[in-house]
Amino acid sequence: MSKMSKVYGEAKDSYTAKLRTKSMILTAWFIILTVICLLPLYMLIINATRNTSQISNGISILPGSDLGNNLSTVFKGEMKLYYDAVSGYKNSLIITVCSTILTVFFSAMTAYGIQVYDFKLKEVSYTVVLLVMMVPMQVTSAGFVSFMNKLGLLNSYIPLIVPAVAAPAVVYFMRSYMKSSFPLEIVEAARIDGCTELRTFVSIAIPMMKPAIAVQAIFAFIASWNNFYTPSMILVDGKTSKKTLPMMVQALQSSDTLNDYGAVYMAIALSIIPIVIAYVCLSRFIIAGVALGGVKE
Amino acid sequence: MASAAQRRIKSISYAKYGYIFILPFFLVYFFFQLWPLINTFIVSFQGNAGSSDFVGMDNYNAILFGGSRATNAIHNRFTSSLANTFILWIGNFIPQIALSLSLAVWFTEANLKIPGKEFFKIVMYLPNIITAASVAVLFLQLCGQSETNPGALNMLLSKIGIVHRDAVSGKYDSIPFIQGVWQSRGVVMFIQTWMWFGNTMIMLMSGIQGINPSLFEAASIDGATAGQVFRKITLPLLTPIMSYTLVTSMIGGLQMFDIPFLYNKDGKPGESVQTIAVMIFEYFHSVGKEQKMGYAGAASVLLFFITLALGILSLYISRDKDEIAKKKQRKKVEKQLKQESKQFGGFSI
Repeated sequence: MSKMSKVYGEAKDSYTAKLRTKSMILTAWFIILTVICLLPLYMLIINATRNTSQISNGISILPGSDLGNNLSTVFKGEMKLYYDAVSGYKNSLIITVCSTILTVFFSAMTAYGIQVYDFKLKEVSYTVVLLVMMVPMQVTSAGFVSFMNKLGLLNSYIPLIVPAVAAPAVVYFMRSYMKSSFPLEIVEAARIDGCTELRTFVSIAIPMMKPAIAVQAIFAFIASWNNFYTPSMILVDGKTSKKTLPMMVQALQSSDTLNDYGAVYMAIALSIIPIVIAYVCLSRFIIAGVALGGVKE
Repeated sequence: MASAAQRRIKSISYAKYGYIFILPFFLVYFFFQLWPLINTFIVSFQGNAGSSDFVGMDNYNAILFGGSRATNAIHNRFTSSLANTFILWIGNFIPQIALSLSLAVWFTEANLKIPGKEFFKIVMYLPNIITAASVAVLFLQLCGQSETNPGALNMLLSKIGIVHRDAVSGKYDSIPFIQGVWQSRGVVMFIQTWMWFGNTMIMLMSGIQGINPSLFEAASIDGATAGQVFRKITLPLLTPIMSYTLVTSMIGGLQMFDIPFLYNKDGKPGESVQTIAVMIFEYFHSVGKEQKMGYAGAASVLLFFITLALGILSLYISRDKDEIAKKKQRKKVEKQLKQESKQFGGFSI
């Protein structure tokens, strides 16, 4: 008996030891990856607080003392000609907030229409939604630009906001959510109580779909905020006051015009920081949302 | 009798509300997506430099085969952009899937004790939400390479001792991370991997968590090693989600735009990282005589078909072979049964 337990004990010990070494090696590897993930951002923040000569002399782990100088260069200096942070934030915010609201509201509405009502084209319309999901923006862009040009909508925000109404991937997500957690009996009950169809949707369905709406709103917001392709295709007159934030970052690209490296780093940091802060606050929802997107297959 | 009232109630149809609810979506979809798509096809048959004459297949001929000197330039640009797109996509997809798959397996292994899993997940997903345009310009700054100001990356390499500084002139023999062909491609691949591996990892993780845990338990009771479990259980059951990742990554890779477009010093995308999307954008974006709307349209249409073909191909490759074999087997058995029952004079037994 005692021999047996000894053998088992040894096997168990070696198994635990093996697991422990594996865990340790993996933890070290994860820490290395974390450093790789954060290093570029860390360098960005550090260099945003240093001046040009410090930056060209070498790298540093500690922040410098020129944070205020760099900030005032970005907000007051001649950099405003290419990079106007205030109007960049304003423009990006207008476009992003409007298109996010349109995306979640109309996607919920479309999903609701397909899920709740029985009509002839129900399945056909849903198939169309699924097919559309796969057509990339870059394919339609040439036709999009020439069509907008004909309508005289270039340089306006309409082509950047209104298309957000048709977001097939969001409709798909909302419908799968409704399938699992929206009982149709509630609609019937509302009808019996004399509620109109639109009101049923607005005051019963939308509150019940809040979790799905929140997740999709976060993703729509990030996607629209980060969008560089569509705005630079539509806003072509080169007016800085109209540009979105990512478009202004483009102006920082050629370093010949901008020799103040500290200010350039500062400007890049200003374009990144709001979204990073939002991410840190909402990271749990975001990661859960990505995981949900993965299981939809 | 309440039959009249009953009949009236029965005749209330809510179908029209269904149409009303989905109308905005399809209206906007038609104007801003479907019509532009059709318009792309139309434009691809029209002339360039602002003219809208019908030119037949000229644009396609120029892009696919070249011919005259002017069209040869366009043909060369298209083939090199296509090659670049594939090089950049493969160079980012392979490390990305290897990294995400291994991380996803390790993160979901229950008996490993790794502290702060949630934290690692959050950090690894972080690069994905940062504005791609800002990321490109940030790396441009970090990889800058003038002889006197070699950028943070070269500076780091000089501290390790790979890049040297001339003691007299103070110049660095820096690595050309922006102008060099493979160096610049390497940086773009790195950025793409850096931005996307966290996303892929989380998707694969949710796929692994969807696998029945009793399978893993049974395997560990039978004494399977971690490698065996991965090869025989995780990988086969993960095929659907892997093929989904492959398709989405491929479609995304063909659209790669922000980083290749911005990762250059002089405002013109470097030739070694120019992708199809960049080429299309430049063609329809330039004005006056330089404008090449027709070529842009034709290239878009070709891109559309390439995307479609690759999507169908990868779905075909990654289809569930076992399931198909089983179906065949089932059909065979049914046939046999039928024949056997015929032998008994058609009586089903």
